[in-house]
Amino acid sequence: MNYGPLVFLAAFFALASSWCGFVLTPQLQVGRLQQTNSLGGAAAAYPLARPGLAQQGLEVYRANGCAYCHSQQVGQTGTVVDIELTDAGTNQAATIAALLKLAEGSTNQPSALTKLTSLQPGESNDTNASILGGLPKAFFRSSSRQAANAAVKTLNSTSAKAQLWIVPVGPDLARGWGRRRTVAEDYLFDSTVMLGSQRVGPDLADAGARLPDANWHLRHLYAPRIEVKGSVMPPYRFLFEKRRVGHSPSPEALAFPGDLASTPGYEIVPRPAAKALAAYLVSLRADAPLFDAPLSVPAPAGTPNSTNAPVVPGESPTNAPPTNAPAK
Amino acid sequence: MSEISSPSQPSSTGPQEAACSPILPADIDVSCRLPLVVLFLSAAVWLVLGSAFELIASLKFHAPGLLADCAWLTYGRVRPAGFNCMLYGFCMPTGLGVALWLLARLGRTRLALPGLVTVGAMCWNLGVAVGVGGILSGGSTGFETLEMPSYAARLAFLGYLMIVLWGALTFHQRRVRQLYVSQWFLFAALFWFPWIYSTADLLLLTFRVRGMAQAVIAWWYAENLLGVWLGLVGLAAVFYFIPKLTGRDLHSRYLALMAFWMLILFGSWGGISESAPLPAWMPVSSAVARGLGVILIVAVALNVHGTLGGQCSKLLVHPSLRFIGFGVASFIIGGLGSAASAFPEVTQVTHFTWFTVAKGLLNYYGFFAMVMFGAVYYILPQLLGIEFPSAKLVRAHFWTAAAAILLVVVPLAAGGIVQGLKLQRANIPFNDIAQGTLPFLRASTTGDLLIALGHLMFLVNLAALVLRFYRARAVSAWAAATAEIKPAEATP
Repeated sequence: MNYGPLVFLAAFFALASSWCGFVLTPQLQVGRLQQTNSLGGAAAAYPLARPGLAQQGLEVYRANGCAYCHSQQVGQTGTVVDIELTDAGTNQAATIAALLKLAEGSTNQPSALTKLTSLQPGESNDTNASILGGLPKAFFRSSSRQAANAAVKTLNSTSAKAQLWIVPVGPDLARGWGRRRTVAEDYLFDSTVMLGSQRVGPDLADAGARLPDANWHLRHLYAPRIEVKGSVMPPYRFLFEKRRVGHSPSPEALAFPGDLASTPGYEIVPRPAAKALAAYLVSLRADAPLFDAPLSVPAPAGTPNSTNAPVVPGESPTNAPPTNAPAK
Repeated sequence: MSEISSPSQPSSTGPQEAACSPILPADIDVSCRLPLVVLFLSAAVWLVLGSAFELIASLKFHAPGLLADCAWLTYGRVRPAGFNCMLYGFCMPTGLGVALWLLARLGRTRLALPGLVTVGAMCWNLGVAVGVGGILSGGSTGFETLEMPSYAARLAFLGYLMIVLWGALTFHQRRVRQLYVSQWFLFAALFWFPWIYSTADLLLLTFRVRGMAQAVIAWWYAENLLGVWLGLVGLAAVFYFIPKLTGRDLHSRYLALMAFWMLILFGSWGGISESAPLPAWMPVSSAVARGLGVILIVAVALNVHGTLGGQCSKLLVHPSLRFIGFGVASFIIGGLGSAASAFPEVTQVTHFTWFTVAKGLLNYYGFFAMVMFGAVYYILPQLLGIEFPSAKLVRAHFWTAAAAILLVVVPLAAGGIVQGLKLQRANIPFNDIAQGTLPFLRASTTGDLLIALGHLMFLVNLAALVLRFYRARAVSAWAAATAEIKPAEATP
């Protein structure tokens, strides 16, 4: 390495290889992604571009550096296998016996999701019906594929029909930050993709599904601690205007409870930037079921459908039982 | 060719040296004086500004409402502004100044076109000033470490090109054909930044790529700048100053070659975190590269250890060496932390937490800035030919900085691990986790205060030295201009 050109070539080669690896190839692979179809009854195109106001909100999000405290990526750390009974078959007593046998199994066996151990085989048909009612229903959860396969074999050897469901798990999903992991498609139409690197505040990849009320976001931006007790978020009062009430109160004025209500005769009205930011936060939804990332957590009750997350009404695209949903 | 050439042995230069007219080190220093004084002094000003911004950001964890009504000083703007002051205001210009001086000294040639280098340095500073203003006024690009708006960053880039072009010319004009280890690192660093910056600017800001490709390129840029560029320049200084100031030869040229290759080959692959929503091969190859980074750490550690002959007390012989020794220690610790993040079990806990912040700080401040402090404390008196007005202040700066780094890194790392472990358990409400990190963040504010104090010492010491030099010059020039005409000259 005593020649300048040799050093240059070495460095050129090294940088070129990483350029090909992490600039060119990602561009060819994920930079050229196209809209895909979401799963479910009526396959809709996904993703759709955000509405105009939300796109302006993304600029507010960028300008104020929200991404330094909020990540926008929901991760999955692994998968477990659920054993689901789809059909109880004709010999229900044998099915119950097989279920009980599996439930009594050692630690290697799948863990029971439904309480079975208190039952005895040969009880009345009512009990059987109550256990086997409401199929398909997941009875066991296993982290080992092998044990799950064996259990399915045991159940299928009675007249019942059982199958496996692969369920993604992880602390983010369990925390209710998203109904599935985020994938590259979710960010396709955002320009300035801000995934964030820190979780000083909660993850926002699915914030719109969790908190669909734009007014909640406005109140939270103005005074975080009235919506979230002990929040460490700074207030963003510069996005609001405190002004004297005119002929009649503005319909957009924020309504605060009790002592936080503004001085009489004045009202707090969001500026356009605040409205845009709230629209962006509401539009943050990564909850369309996709082929490579199906939903694993059911939707929170009362979630409205947004334009970029087509969820088919009346048909849950979830492939997991509703029992594993500690969303809060 | 494999002969070990050390900067401490100016005699081993070879026969071709004798043919040319000798250039004394003092000549080289004079040619470097103006541009380097400009670079170092403005860097010290940025340093003070940067630590003031970081202090404001840190204080927000004591009272979230503090200065919150001023849009310019909201947390999401102050924090990147502070980091940009540190990285683009201090780290890069000082690194460039040290690189120019090393290239001139090691090549035994004068700095090419120092006037244009000075213009370049001013252009860079102007770009950074516009950029930091842009971030504070809400013009940040939204890509971490590339926050400066493109109009400002391009101005700074122009300055970089002006500096580096003459740096490359200086390298080309060298009178010692045999290359010392540091020259590989520096020469690679010179054009590393133009490539990564132009890629990032073109693909992220000018002709925007779509979707996640943006995030990947931004991570690639950040890793190349913070990992490779700072690594190349910092290690060049380490491999020059430790042998030079201890008066020993560099232990092994081959270990240094190993470190060079490891850094340029694997350093630029490590940017993608394990949880990124990308095809699996990208996070995995990043993890492998981070794991292989351990070879770099071992190579550097063995080389420094061998050069010192196993006696770390040698680092106490010169005040600059303390800074550089501390930098090497930070490099090793931070590098091990980064290598540990090759394991998904570790990243699952540390990712998204303050631990990554502590690791980053250990790299760009604990390692790079400390090495640069040491280098500046050595170079500047050489350039000006006078000693620092207060050697005590240099020592005080070292102890302040060392204590400050410990006081920031240790609480942040510990807080980050606690935060990460809690994030793993979904039954702990998020708000409790956020509250739980506050004591650690508040403890680190002490460190931020000390960092700011150290920066003030650095600025005062530098400014006093430069002022003393130029005042002496002004006085002598004044004296010469106003001197009485001697009778011998007056009479024809």
